[in-house]
Amino acid sequence: MSRLPFYLIVGLLMAVGIGMSVHRHVQFEVPWTQGEQRTVWEVEAIIDFTALGDPVRVDLALPQHQRGYRLLTENTASPGYGLSFLQDESGRRAQWSIREAAGSQQLYYSARLLVTEDRRQRALPAPPLREITWERPYDTAAAQVIERAWARSADPYTFARELIHDFSEERQGENARLLLTQFDRSTLLVGLLNQAGVPAREVSGLLLEDGRRRQTLTPWIQVFAGDDSWTLFNPTTGEQGQPDNLLLWESGGRAVMEVQGGSNSRVTFSMLSRNQPAAAAVRSQLADDTLLNFSIHSLPLEEQALFQTILLIPIGALVVVFLRIIVGIKTSGTFMPVLIALAFIQTTLPTGLIGFLLIVAVGLVIRNYLSYLNLLLVARVSAVIITVIAIISIFSVLSYRVGLNAGLTITFFPMIILAWTIERMSILWEEEGPKEVLIQGGGSLATAVLAYLAMNNPWIRHITFNFLGVQLIIMSLILLLGNYTGYRLLELRRFKPVTED
Amino acid sequence: MWARPSQLLRRGIIGMNRRNIRYIGRYNDRRLYPLVDDKLQTKLLAERYGITTPALIGTVTTQFGVKQLQKMVAGHEGFVIKPAKGSGGKGILVIERIDGDGYIKPSGVRLEKKDLERHVSNILSGLYSLGGTPDVAMVEALINFDEHLSEYTYEGVPDIRVIIFRGYPVMAMMRLSTAASDGKANLHQGAVGVGLDIDSGTAVRGVQFDRPRLEHPDTGHELASLLIPDWRNLLELAAGCYEMTGLGYLGTDMVIDRNRGPMLLELNARPGLAIQMANGEGLRSRLDLIEKQPEGLGVAERVAFAQRHFARCGELRNIAPPPQPLVAPLPSA
Repeated sequence: MSRLPFYLIVGLLMAVGIGMSVHRHVQFEVPWTQGEQRTVWEVEAIIDFTALGDPVRVDLALPQHQRGYRLLTENTASPGYGLSFLQDESGRRAQWSIREAAGSQQLYYSARLLVTEDRRQRALPAPPLREITWERPYDTAAAQVIERAWARSADPYTFARELIHDFSEERQGENARLLLTQFDRSTLLVGLLNQAGVPAREVSGLLLEDGRRRQTLTPWIQVFAGDDSWTLFNPTTGEQGQPDNLLLWESGGRAVMEVQGGSNSRVTFSMLSRNQPAAAAVRSQLADDTLLNFSIHSLPLEEQALFQTILLIPIGALVVVFLRIIVGIKTSGTFMPVLIALAFIQTTLPTGLIGFLLIVAVGLVIRNYLSYLNLLLVARVSAVIITVIAIISIFSVLSYRVGLNAGLTITFFPMIILAWTIERMSILWEEEGPKEVLIQGGGSLATAVLAYLAMNNPWIRHITFNFLGVQLIIMSLILLLGNYTGYRLLELRRFKPVTED
Repeated sequence: MWARPSQLLRRGIIGMNRRNIRYIGRYNDRRLYPLVDDKLQTKLLAERYGITTPALIGTVTTQFGVKQLQKMVAGHEGFVIKPAKGSGGKGILVIERIDGDGYIKPSGVRLEKKDLERHVSNILSGLYSLGGTPDVAMVEALINFDEHLSEYTYEGVPDIRVIIFRGYPVMAMMRLSTAASDGKANLHQGAVGVGLDIDSGTAVRGVQFDRPRLEHPDTGHELASLLIPDWRNLLELAAGCYEMTGLGYLGTDMVIDRNRGPMLLELNARPGLAIQMANGEGLRSRLDLIEKQPEGLGVAERVAFAQRHFARCGELRNIAPPPQPLVAPLPSA
């Protein structure tokens, strides 16, 4: 029985994997490490609407160069639609049009934005003041609110801050509540500012967070104070200034999206940050889809964000294979530790460890009672699943009440896997005693922690996400490990007595 | 604390990885596993091949059949309930005698009818089976084990594990249950393992928790005098399981009944490595030798070959083994 084909396959996988990675490194200048890099955000807007069968026109505001962000490239996908980019003093807009469309429609716009060190703010001309005609009794309420804030402020910015504070939850007066019943918060604030003679407008921004999907824009209030200088206010908290991760999407005071000939329209955003060397980031890389450039980076952003996690699973599997075959650690359930490690990534390690121990410990106690009820296996495991869900909900509520938001992440644990773990450990306890439970439970937990450390390592995340060839290398390593006939590390201890006489 | 790999290699110790790939993976066809993983199938097969097994009282296959259990065992002195697809001795319940409504375990613990039924119900729903698949409960007659062996064991029945490689018995050990192992014959639970000489069926070495032992921890009986009666017959029975199953690397668990002689208890397609500890010797050299032997020999020939080549003098005897050169010395020129 020749092992030649096996080694050929392993060698081939290894060679192709290394080749693909090197090619990507050389051709696309993706660095091996993360050092000296510029962050590039990829933001994708998806417009969903239902066309009514008539001519359709869709108008979407677009981001432009701004403080902290430089627009590198943009792409659209809109089969059958005509597309033009318009620029006027209120900003850039994309306009899609089609003569006839019916049913559910999806339009895509994606942009790559380079994070820059440029902290200078662009001077903008103040918008003209817009008069609002208030109806009774809102006019008196508005006048009183303005008067109150005016008295406690010195300039446009402090006035804006005081005004927003008067509308915040704790300090909401009677007048504020009355006005809020009739008007939208940010529109109302802009109206009040304008009435007091302070130029202001409502703008929309996107808070950039890595790997987020289905996000929406948040409203912000841009307040001007002479000399074309301005600042942003958060309409809910009254916080002043622009957060570093806020990308202004629409800053002309116009609607973000207008759809004619369609209904149920909405726009959602997905985003992903990627580290690239300065040179490669600035150079625009249009995706030329050759076979060698086969990469998940050609997928829509939403799926890419998903893949970031999926591509880490082989790393976890490699850790498990190594620990079981080379070290000889016993775990409860072969790949359960990988799933627990995935949950740890969401919960962070300390919360995850505490959560896992709490769930399993309480689960074991309850499972112990269930064994007295003499139930059939499937029913018993189902009961344990419900117990696990109950434990998770109780812990979430309790930790939230106590003010520990970290406790909420406990919901990321795979509940069915946990239920089986509890069931197996309980049986182990009955048959082999608590010692074996500790050995296997500890082994699983140690494996999960090691897998977590590997999967959460920034360099490993960088490598797995940017070099798909690495997956082939991992595959070949796992195949090689599967061929290992030597001793396991722990066997050196187990068989020690034989060598002693 | 730790042995060097070279030390283990020199003694021919086989690790898990090597056992899995080199022997189980190569000589055990996965297709044949159900024959040994299902004890009921093994039993029926053994009957066809004329290999004695403990008498079957009955089987329980459905949850409503559980209610018939009491009627089934009535009139028997003692019995054993086993999951057909259990592994590692899991789920085996031994009842030594029936006492009115109660069922007495060898340890003296008294079980009620409902305890028994719960146990059988658990077996049926797959609690003890590989992969949790639904299972069948077997009820077997209690083994009347040989009187003179009873001094060597505490509560449970001592069984004899023989590793059969390509039909040759390569290594054997007896497993004696202890108080620490709760009457179970599993070495990692604290049973005493006694390595047996393939040639004579006498004790070679005893271990408990991987440490050498000279006597049984509970009965205090020294192990050196252990001699398995009817040894050759037992080996031939065990070696015959190769023809019966077609599995090249096989663990056979045998027991000796007072009246019926050696019997096959169960088969294992993934036998453990603790037998090396009990014998104080690795399997490697023996397996290598067997691999060089041609196929197609009869059972008796194979057993004779193994007895000739694997004969050993026990360290328990306390006598220096006569120097036995592996190769006959060449006449000096």
